[in-house]
This record gives sequence, structure tokens and C-alpha cells, in this order.
Amino acid sequence: MSTVFEDRLEKLRQNFTDMGVDVSEQIYQSTKSYIDHDVKLAQQVIDGDGEVNGNEIKLEKHAMDLIALQQPVATDFRVIISYLKSSTDLERIGDNAVGIAKETIQAKGNPRMPDVEEVIAKITKHIRKMLEQVLEAYTTFDALIAPTIVQEDHKIDEYYQTTRKVITTGILANPETAIAASSYLMVIRLLERIGDHIVNLAEYLVYCETGKVVELGETDQQLS
Amino acid sequence: MNKYTLSENYLTEITDPIAIETKHLNVFYGKKQATFDANLKFPKHKITALIGASGSGKSTFLRSLNRLNDEIATVTGEIKYQDIDINRKNINVYEVRRQIGMVFQHPNPFAKSIYENIAFALRQNGMTDNLDQRVEKSLKDAALWDEVKDKLTTSALSLSGGQQQRLCIARAIAVQPDILLMDEPTSALDPISSRKIETTMQELKKNYTIIIVTHNMQQAARASDLTAFFHLGHVIEYNRTKKLFTTPKMPATEDYISGHFG
Repeated sequence: MSTVFEDRLEKLRQNFTDMGVDVSEQIYQSTKSYIDHDVKLAQQVIDGDGEVNGNEIKLEKHAMDLIALQQPVATDFRVIISYLKSSTDLERIGDNAVGIAKETIQAKGNPRMPDVEEVIAKITKHIRKMLEQVLEAYTTFDALIAPTIVQEDHKIDEYYQTTRKVITTGILANPETAIAASSYLMVIRLLERIGDHIVNLAEYLVYCETGKVVELGETDQQLS
Repeated sequence: MNKYTLSENYLTEITDPIAIETKHLNVFYGKKQATFDANLKFPKHKITALIGASGSGKSTFLRSLNRLNDEIATVTGEIKYQDIDINRKNINVYEVRRQIGMVFQHPNPFAKSIYENIAFALRQNGMTDNLDQRVEKSLKDAALWDEVKDKLTTSALSLSGGQQQRLCIARAIAVQPDILLMDEPTSALDPISSRKIETTMQELKKNYTIIIVTHNMQQAARASDLTAFFHLGHVIEYNRTKKLFTTPKMPATEDYISGHFG
């Protein structure tokens, strides 16, 4: 027989999973809209952001009620805190996806750099894989995935740096691409930030499993 | 009910100076053994909470520390206090109880004035010099002075439950013990009175070592520095309170504090 607490925790888990799926879809659609120059799809992403924001508020309220009314400790407490903290990062990932969608609308019609768009598609694929891996790990709260996520994020950072150089060289070679180039710079920056948020999700997995608050992206230093 | 391995436990290492320590402490009520081989070190000027279900042996353990079980149980093993085993037969138990005071679950002031409740304890222990100052200091340390300073001659029984319990704390500390044992001191009090006692405990620990039995896990989490979890007479886990309530080492502890026990 499940307790009221277990039922509510299960609902929280469901909230989180739904939010994760929605955000992953947002990344897919926003980058697809960007690469395909699909303004209509971009608008759908922008319009859908309210739902993700609403889900985050719902999840936060749910988690706060659980903490206030059920006073969880130990694993239960760590699980709820992990969901609570992670939901903020998921929401930020959604905001970054919306940022990419907005770039689709602004950049449409200007001369573009196909090779850069190919790299953006590659980074997106990479990021979606990272997000799927981390969300999968949340189903069992297994932090084993954390080092892989950090390594993957380092690759994203490398992509970001090399692509920036390609874009700058591209502008010099063909100044007509300058408007698109500024948009590319913005999009790769947004994708790089999404990578950082996914690392944060991995950090909360580590907290959930060990109770340790860690900063994985930088020096792997344990903060407390 | 879940079965746990009682022979396995986790005892955190205590590096701070120790106020009192038990070694292989066993308590028997006739043939029935109530605590098994308890090895606990209580650091000075810290609050240690003892938690566990009813019948887990925590109160029995606490009462053994100042020999309150002498008449009702057989206690074997060592209770090391100031390098002496105070569980030996030839120990002066009254001196032990002066050094290791006890505050009980239900406030039990004497049917005397507020002043006399404290003064009586002092006189009993021959501490009759500066009586007024001693009474005042005890009441101040127990955070009761401001509420009773203008009515010291009125009956202690006219005080509220929370005030009576703080009076009992004042009475216990008047004789300047080293260690204060508290057996569910707030379980009969309302939340506001409980919070006042908890706040008082934080002040008291600057001068005393406090060991408290509580059924209120939020209280243990809020008020203590260390927590020992008892189950079926065994100390299952002894850990820093923050660790025990966030990342307990033993499955039985996790289940108990999370309410998944049984």
C-alpha cells in the first residue's frame, strides 16, 4: 500500500519527466526551425514556452508543499531537492530554446553559412543526446552518468570555440553574411549554455546519490 | 516489519574532547535485555539526541548514564566519566547525579515557591553561599528569569507547563552539573514552549554537555549536533545530525527517519 507521501512523490516525478520531455522537444524544434528557416515552427516553440514555465511553477509548488507538509529527510529529501533544483535548469534550457527560435525569425532571408549550420545541427544532436542520458539517469537517480556528461559538455565547449572562429573567418571572407553570423554566434552561445545547464542536472544527480554539493563543470571541487 | 542486521552499525569517529563514554553497556530488566553493547562517546559542549521507536532502549540507556536504573535493572559495562567508571558499585551515586543532572518528560516542580524550587536543590547540595545570586543565575540560564523575577515567592505550580519545565532545567543546572540528561523534555509541551526549551538548550550547551531523548525527529534535527539511532536495543547509527538526516549510512536509520519503518 502506498502512502500519501509516496503518491505525491510519484506525481512530482511525473511532473519532472513531462517537463524534461517537453524541453527536449523544444530544443529539437527550435534548432530544426533555425536550420530549416521554418518561422512557423519557431513561433510554435515560442508559444509553447508558457507551458514549460507553468509546469516549472507547478513542480516547485508541489515540491515545496511536500517539504512543508511531509517534512522529508534522507533520500526522500534529496530526491525532492534534486527535482526542485533541476526544474529551474530545465526551465532555463527551455528559455534558451526560445532564444534560438527567435533567432530563426530574425535571421530569415539573409545570406547564410551552410557549413556553420551543419555544425549547429551536430551540436544540437549532441546536446539532445546529453539531455536524454541525464533524464534517463533521473529515473533511477544513478549518478554514474555524471562524468560522461561533463566530458560531453567539454566537447560542446570545444565546438563552441572552433565554430566561433569559423564564423569570424566567414564574416571576413564574405561580409554579406554578417547578419546571419551574428545570429549564429548567438545560437551557438545558447547551445553552449544549454550544455552547462545539463551539467547542472548531473550535479543534482550526484547530490541525490551522495548528499554532496559539487561543481562538476569546473574543478570538480566539492563545495560542502 | 523489515528485518535489519542488528550486529552491523555505523559509529562516527568523535575527535572532540569526550564528556562521557559508554563501553559495552548492556541493560537487563530481569532476563530481558533492553540495550546491547552500547559504545557511545558524547563530546563536551554538544547536544546529542537519542532517537528510536518506543522500546528501542534509548531512555533506558539515558537513565543508566546517571545510575537511575540502579533499583530496577542490571547494568553491565563501563560508563566512563572523568576517567572513572561510574558504573562501579562503590561509586557515590548522589555525587554522580549532581554531576550528571536529569530533566524528565513531565515537569515536576516541588509544591514550593519558584525561589524555593531552586534554593532547595542548592541547600541539599550544601551550596548555600550567595543563594540569591545562584537562584537568579540558574533562572537566567534557563531563560526564565524575565518571566518570574517579580513573583519568585509564588508557587511553582502556578507556572505554565513550559515555564515549569524551564524551572526544572534551572533546578537541574543550579547545582552546576557537568552533563544534562533530558528525557523527552518537550513532549508534554506546546510548540512555542518546546521552541523556547530548544533555544535554551543552545545557550546551555556553551557550559554543559546535553544528551536528549526525543521522539520528535524534527527536534533532533533542529536542536542536536549528533544523533544516535537505537533499534531493538542496539545502537544502529551514531552520526553528525546533519549527516544522519541527509545521508544516513544504515538502511534501518533511513527507513526510520523517513517514516518507512515497518
